[in-house]
Amino acid sequence: MSALLAFIAAAEPAAKGIDPWIAFFSLITVVITVGMGFWTAGKSKSAGDFFVAGRSVSVGWNASAISGEYLSAASFMGVAGMVMLNGYDALWYPVCYACGYLFLLLFIAGPLRRFGAYTIPDFAEGRYDSPLFRKIAVCFVLFIGFFYTMPQMKGAGTTLAYIFPGLHYSVGVIVVGAVITLNVSLGGMKGITLVQAFQYWLKVFAITVPIFVIAAIVGHYQSHLEANKTAQETVAAAPAGIERKALPAKAPKDEQWIAPFGSLTTKAVDNAIKAAKTPEEKAALEANKKPYSLLYTYSLIIALVCGTAGLPHILVRFYTNPDGVAAKRTTMWVMILIGVFYVFPPIYGVIGRSLTPELYDAVGSKGTDKVVLELPTLLAGRDHPLLGSILSGITCAGAFAAFMSTFSGLLVSMSSALAHDIYGRMLKPNASPEQRLKAFKWAAVIIGVVSVGLGTQVEKLNINYLVGQAFAIAAASYFPLLFMSVWWRGMTMQGAATGMLVGGLLALGSIFLTTLSDVYGFSGLADFWVAHPLLRILCEQPAIWAVPLSITLMIVVSKATAATIPADVRMKMLVLHAPEALGLKQEYIKEHEGLGGH
Amino acid sequence: MKESNPNTDPIHSDAFLARLMSGQLKLSIACAFCFIVALVALPLLNYFQPAFMAQRVYGFTLTWLILGVLFFPFVWIISFVFIQRSIALEDAEAKAALDGLKK
Repeated sequence: MSALLAFIAAAEPAAKGIDPWIAFFSLITVVITVGMGFWTAGKSKSAGDFFVAGRSVSVGWNASAISGEYLSAASFMGVAGMVMLNGYDALWYPVCYACGYLFLLLFIAGPLRRFGAYTIPDFAEGRYDSPLFRKIAVCFVLFIGFFYTMPQMKGAGTTLAYIFPGLHYSVGVIVVGAVITLNVSLGGMKGITLVQAFQYWLKVFAITVPIFVIAAIVGHYQSHLEANKTAQETVAAAPAGIERKALPAKAPKDEQWIAPFGSLTTKAVDNAIKAAKTPEEKAALEANKKPYSLLYTYSLIIALVCGTAGLPHILVRFYTNPDGVAAKRTTMWVMILIGVFYVFPPIYGVIGRSLTPELYDAVGSKGTDKVVLELPTLLAGRDHPLLGSILSGITCAGAFAAFMSTFSGLLVSMSSALAHDIYGRMLKPNASPEQRLKAFKWAAVIIGVVSVGLGTQVEKLNINYLVGQAFAIAAASYFPLLFMSVWWRGMTMQGAATGMLVGGLLALGSIFLTTLSDVYGFSGLADFWVAHPLLRILCEQPAIWAVPLSITLMIVVSKATAATIPADVRMKMLVLHAPEALGLKQEYIKEHEGLGGH
Repeated sequence: MKESNPNTDPIHSDAFLARLMSGQLKLSIACAFCFIVALVALPLLNYFQPAFMAQRVYGFTLTWLILGVLFFPFVWIISFVFIQRSIALEDAEAKAALDGLKK
């Protein structure tokens, strides 16, 4: 590993001025993560070991592990970057990332654990006795997974470009992608509880300690917030001693940044206003600006809240709870653990706006997404050079922990979907355990290569925005499936599949259209968005129509095909809802030797 | 999976399942309702009362304080209440069902 980093440093002539502290902390994180992965993987060889160990995991450990896997590069770097860029509107992201777990807790966590299905494809097959439906559900594991890996790759590219100044963004993506893929395919990091739990505490440490020190030296959260004047104030009432650098022209104005309905939610209409030819057109668009941005806000909330309840790599972890009650307790602790975390990233954004406004002018990996890494180095200019380097090293370590843990978790769940469901069930049902293990390794390599390829394409897009898109697809496909299957006896396989496919694919398609014009600048499409700001908002944030559409289709088609309701639906519902004390528990898990989960 | 006669076994009766589901669902919906009201209301307040929501509280604007800080503990309270009640409900159902079996 160190040889690899030394190689990059040597191979890149421009990579001068590497801060040894930053490189040191980042390297330690990588070594510990990879080392712990192999150490724990060596201790639990078979799938059976993994499951039995999993069942004895306590609520505290399991909650830390779920939080560790959940807090990705989007949470660690993206939220701060987005708050700095867009102000108040971006706060919906951290709040809904954390509070979305409430829907999971209220409607899904307990019943899903009781059912004994631990991936959504398992649940889809078990609930409807349909291997076909399993295959459909597997496709969405891949769709959502790829959307989720892109921002992790962006985080990796940004962080490496920061540690090694001059290193090209895509080199960072390729190096990190290769290391993690190799690690997963060689057998380390199989979603082991201990590693993920450690990563959570590392990330909390890395986000809190530096900001406490920074705030003590340069001024507090609310003081820097006060430096931004609202529309009602004529001058900013910044307390004495709060320094603020001049904002570049690209940065949003104070009153727009601090208030709701700012640059994030009004972008589509603002673009249209810029292009409008007549004053009447302009006035009409101005009148629509606020209602449209309200619509954007609600659609974003629906996507994030419902999407959290439908993320495949998070739901997998609920299986490690011993029973439904523990699953509920774990969810509550996850909400507390990640809620505590999410208070902090916006502080970096707020202080970053005052002190590192030059980031507004940069694009891609040099832009606001790196404020978490950049902010601590400010202390160097305030007579604390060593402190600045150490703290920046700590936030870099946290960033490594963030994209490594989430990307590893995604890689494991996607590779197993490919190896277990597509290879093991469809292509070669009678494969031996060795062949399955080999398939898993190849699947990890294939998925890793595709993820790196996709990751190199998204440098221009905001990390957090990309994750929001993955949530929107999950909200329109898996959330309706799980919610309706758990609570409505009348669901049929046809209804569930139609709703999930149509809702999910339409959301995917409309998001793809907006990404296409944003990344590749297809001028025809970009012109269309400018002419139709409402359509742009509905395509960028599809949850507000896609989730109701999906649920409606499920109800209508299920009613039409009511004859095919599974015969033993009463028993299935009992398993989902009856307390464990009644002894109805049913295990749908079949062991897959050598795969260590799937 | 063993199927027993729904007419004789109280646990496998439709009535038991319906009671079980509706009890939990009512609780879940009540908790979700509190949460959804807050989620719907905050953007509406921002929309119709911008000046009120922009007033300064300890340096934050009111709406920033609510969303960036106070929202988290609010949701923790809902989830805590839900878990207490939900577990109590399960225990009561299990006890009632097992008592019914013994009779």
